[in-house]
This record gives sequence, structure tokens and C-alpha cells, in this order.
Amino acid sequence: MSFRTPLGRVRGLGSAKEGTHHWWAQRVTAIALVPLTVWFVVSILMLAGADRGAILDWLGNPVTAGLLVMTILAAFHHGQLGLQVVIEDYVHNEGWKIGLIVFVKLAALLFGGIGIVSVLKLAFGG
Amino acid sequence: MASDPPARRDRPLSPHLQVYKPQWTSVLSILHRITGVALALGTLLLVWWLAAAASSAAYFAWIQGIVASWPGIVLLIAWAFALYYHLCNGIRHLFWDAGIGLELGPARASGMVVLAAATALTVLSAVIALTPAGAPA
Repeated sequence: MSFRTPLGRVRGLGSAKEGTHHWWAQRVTAIALVPLTVWFVVSILMLAGADRGAILDWLGNPVTAGLLVMTILAAFHHGQLGLQVVIEDYVHNEGWKIGLIVFVKLAALLFGGIGIVSVLKLAFGG
Repeated sequence: MASDPPARRDRPLSPHLQVYKPQWTSVLSILHRITGVALALGTLLLVWWLAAAASSAAYFAWIQGIVASWPGIVLLIAWAFALYYHLCNGIRHLFWDAGIGLELGPARASGMVVLAAATALTVLSAVIALTPAGAPA
């Protein structure tokens, strides 16, 4: 029998021993994505209907390529954190829940990695 | 309750959408989630587009043809709205995290601003992208 309140028991780093790390990471990536998204959308609008040469010119600038790599990193990290919360809220079978979360995290790594390699290849001249 | 093993304790649940009367704030809240999930899928298409550009001119021209087709344009407009909504409402969430605008009145008003801004930005983007000078080939 514990006399501690539920709040008292989750103080410190809580049952997952993770503390507020997930919450913070989602906010930090969100703050990073505000200017990155605005920059990305403006760039994409200017590239509407562009051919591959225009994409090569665009990503040939290292600042552009760096910004796009950061956008991909922040977007996939933010996305997998968000999908994890959605899965935790709606999937109540423990096996499915853990399986889906692992799948989402690995898929984010895979597709984020493919995106970054693609940007670097274009940045180095295609 | 305090003596129950943790697994059997009644945990707080997310609102059950089926039995929850839709309200302005709750509809905008679930729309944040729906657009978030949609954007996660849309980002995969963005990676496909980048991978195509990194692969070859012919493959990139093929994917640009799909982007410029009418299903492609409809998908892009939907993706733009999801992005603008999630961006604007995400900024609204960051203000809430700072403890600003949590009262019912300001929360309703900021929700209306977010929806109006997302709609206006979507229309503006569609006009810019579809005007002849920048029109998809």
C-alpha cells in the first residue's frame, strides 16, 4: 500500500524514465519547422514546373542544401514523434501498439535517410 | 485505487470522438491530428520527388508530369492546406504551451484566425503555382 498520490509517483522521470523528453523534442522540432516550412514552401512555389536542371541549380547552393537536409531531419523526427502519440492514443492492443511504433520509427529513419541522400546527391551535382 | 497494480488502474483516455459532441475547438483539435498524419504520408511523396530528381532527368520529368496532372494538382492543394493548417495551428499550440490564449474566448478566436489563414494561404499558393508563368509544363 502506497500513500503517495498519483502525481507524487510520476514526479521525476516518470514510469518510462524518460521525463518530458518526448514533449520537448516535439516542441523543439516544431519551433525549427516554423521558419523551415515557410522557406521550403516559398522555394517550392518558385520551382513549380521546374525541370531537373533548375533543381540542380537550386540545391547547388550549400545553404539551400543544408536547409533542406535540416527540414527533412526536423520533419521526420517531428512526424514520428506525432504518429507515436496518435498510435498510443488509439491502439490499445499492446503488441500492435509497440509493433506500429517501431515500424513508424524505422520507416522515418529509412525515408528520412533516402531524402537526405537524394539532397546530397543533387547538391554534389546529381 | 492507489494499491492497484499500475496496469489495471484507470488511466485517462483521449475523448471518444463518437460520443463527443462536436464543438468548434474539438473539431479544430482533431483536424490538427488528421492533417499531421496526412503530412507524414505526404512527406513520403516529397522524398519520392527528391529521389526521382536525384535519379535521372527522365524519371524526374515523368514525376513532374504526374504532379502537373489534375489528380496531382488536387493532391498538392490538399497537401498545401494540411501543411498551412498544421503550421498555423501548431503556432497556436506553442502559444498555449506558453500559457497564452487558453481561455475559451481567445481559443475560439485564434481557431477562426488559423482556419482563415490556412484557407487564404492555400488559395494564394494555388494561384501563384498555377499562373501561366509558373504553370506546370
